[in-house]
Amino acid sequence: MSSFWSIWITVITLGSILGCFIFLRWCLSNKTGVQEGDDMHHEFDGIIEINNQLPRWWTYLFYICIAWALIYLLLYPGLGNFKGLWNWQSSNQGILSLAESKAAVEKAKEEGVISQYDREVAQANEVFAPIFDSYYAKSIEELIQDPAALKIGQRLFSQNCSQCHGSDARGQRGFPNLTDNDWLYGGTPDKIVETLIKGRNAMMPAWLDSFGADGIEEVVAYALSLSGRKVDESLADKGKDRFVACAACHGADGKGNQMIGAPNLTDNIWLYGGREENVTETLNYGRNGVMPSFKDRLGEKKIHLVAAYVYSLSHNTAAQDAMVSKN
Amino acid sequence: MSDAIQVHPEYNYKVVRQFAVMTVVWGIIGMTVGVFIAAQLYWPALNFDTPWLTFSRLRPLHTNAVIFAFGGCALFATSFYVVQRTSQVRLFSDKLAAFTFWGWQAVIVLAAITLPMGITSSKEYAELEWPIDILITLVWLAYIINFFGTMIIRKVSHIYVANWFFGAFMITVAVLHIGNNMAVPISLTKSYSIYAGAVDAMMQWWYGHNAVGFFLTAGFLGMMYYFVPKQAGRPVYSYRLSVVHFWALISLYIWAGPHHLHYTALPDWTQSLGMAMSVILFVPSWGGMINGIMTLSGAWHKLRTDPILRFLVVSLSFYGMSTFEGPMMAIKTVNALSHYTDWTIGHVHSGALGWVAMVSIGSIYHLIPVLFNRERMYSTHLINVHFWLATIGVVFYIVAMWMSGVLQGLMWRAINADGTLTYSFVEALEASKPFYLVRFIGGVLIVIGMLIMAYNCYRTIKGDLEETVDNKALQTA
Repeated sequence: MSSFWSIWITVITLGSILGCFIFLRWCLSNKTGVQEGDDMHHEFDGIIEINNQLPRWWTYLFYICIAWALIYLLLYPGLGNFKGLWNWQSSNQGILSLAESKAAVEKAKEEGVISQYDREVAQANEVFAPIFDSYYAKSIEELIQDPAALKIGQRLFSQNCSQCHGSDARGQRGFPNLTDNDWLYGGTPDKIVETLIKGRNAMMPAWLDSFGADGIEEVVAYALSLSGRKVDESLADKGKDRFVACAACHGADGKGNQMIGAPNLTDNIWLYGGREENVTETLNYGRNGVMPSFKDRLGEKKIHLVAAYVYSLSHNTAAQDAMVSKN
Repeated sequence: MSDAIQVHPEYNYKVVRQFAVMTVVWGIIGMTVGVFIAAQLYWPALNFDTPWLTFSRLRPLHTNAVIFAFGGCALFATSFYVVQRTSQVRLFSDKLAAFTFWGWQAVIVLAAITLPMGITSSKEYAELEWPIDILITLVWLAYIINFFGTMIIRKVSHIYVANWFFGAFMITVAVLHIGNNMAVPISLTKSYSIYAGAVDAMMQWWYGHNAVGFFLTAGFLGMMYYFVPKQAGRPVYSYRLSVVHFWALISLYIWAGPHHLHYTALPDWTQSLGMAMSVILFVPSWGGMINGIMTLSGAWHKLRTDPILRFLVVSLSFYGMSTFEGPMMAIKTVNALSHYTDWTIGHVHSGALGWVAMVSIGSIYHLIPVLFNRERMYSTHLINVHFWLATIGVVFYIVAMWMSGVLQGLMWRAINADGTLTYSFVEALEASKPFYLVRFIGGVLIVIGMLIMAYNCYRTIKGDLEETVDNKALQTA
């Protein structure tokens, strides 16, 4: 902020507060020319006004609030560029990226500026980091036998993941079920951690332009037949020829490819719905599945616990049941 | 109130009558929409999977209807009435008055059509799109010219305090409305704000809080300054108090907006400045309450028999309560708990239902017999029934929201020994559910009261007088 605006803000702020104070003082002394307790000698539609003194307790309340505001504005930022005597700030203002944020934390430390957010994060890290360090030292296979670890993982899941995957982790249309041991990108602990750290971007292209409406109908018939559904055989046969294009990702047998997150089409598990019209829509317009990266948000140690929880959903149902019944 | 019923043929009562009747009509509609969306929060299936019945579209309809249709009509009716009576002169222009009435009704009808259709600028309390905004500006300018024109040609030497408040309200609302709604239209039904990011948020809440400060406070204080002394038949307690609290109130309110944006991307200095000013604002707000309540000294016994006065006094009590609560919630430490919770909803309704609606209802009960040249309202007993329904309804509403809000705030911030949050969002939502039922019941009571008011007004206007006024029952009530 330029010094012009800083002065502008300071002058009208202090001007307003002091103006109220001076005006209050002025009204406390009787300058009306009418004796206190008398009426003001003007009458409006039968209403008259008495020239009573301001209530004393109310006047004191006014002084106290003005004094409090002035002290506050002396200690905290408020008057334009003036940082306040306590050099306090809520967070590093004006940063645009994580890198800038980290640099700003360092800079603030050097300058002795108290950034409340940084301070709270540092305090939290001091208290809680050892807990997460101890779990990080253990493997995910070990953690799924540890109810305390799973409880933390579950809480992190319900606050960060349940919005899409559901409180019970069974997913919803477009968001995978995490309890069925069917995995788009692989279900080993390492793969789950990778998904959480890097995020995933799935891209099913739109085929309407290349196949045409008839072509789509054929491919849909064939795709549905892969999971044993009853379809029009002649359509499915034609669709099989076209499936060559699909095989690049989904494989010649339609069993998918976990390297690129191409779903298995033979298991009758459908991310975007398995009705004919759903599959037609998927083929016509394509799909874009996005799993965001949680690396910056949770950090690797918390991700380790979330991954353990997710892994336990399909690998340790006993621990899961015990946890649910405790709730 | 014997002098209140003498009719001055030189006054323009037509526009006052029109606005007074529409106050009741829009009050019922706006509050009914509110009750419906309150029911949706308890029974979500009530949106019937129909886009224009969803909470997101009906909520702005509710807020616009109660603030600008109900509250607006009450302000137009009372300000046009008060400025004529206290200036002892007919309105400056009857044509501008008629334009104000029909223009404002057009705005309301357009709002009732466009908001459920999903046409919105997405600015809270300023959702209406640019063509309607322009119509509002024109109607408002006509209103200002008419009001100030009437004051200029007044036949008394001084300007009464009620008119200071009305005047400050209409000038500031014009500035706020134009400032916040500056936008680039891309079609008849869509525009984009000329402000971006944190500046846009600040403009929005500079507008938003002063919609509360000037529309819902200064304007209604103007109402209070006429109808309380008039109904009580007592002089205004302190002229000097009204001078100092008027100037302090209008000079401090305009700063309070940033307290809606604590702990956001708004710069720290703006947040703490808004907070400091909000806290001082507490004192001049109470100045108005004190002046209103002390005006009753020597007339307290009238509360036993006069339910209209009861409406006015209880409205002042709610005003005092919510103007204590507001500055407290503006303090950042308190705000960290209260922000984004139902506490805010409770606070706004203790102001909107407890203060704004009650002072309007009391004033309209005072006005209807005068405007239609009747001795009194058809039934004093029904006013009393309305009073208790409204009071109990408001208490149900705000107590439910306080409890729900504090519960939400505490659940959201609760952490475990390992530093993770104890509750997920949906658990806090589940905990709030019973309170949503209580809030809904409170709302139903308030709407029933409004329906009784409509019936009472209808019978009064028709010229009926209830024969069986049970004065004994009233006196013991």
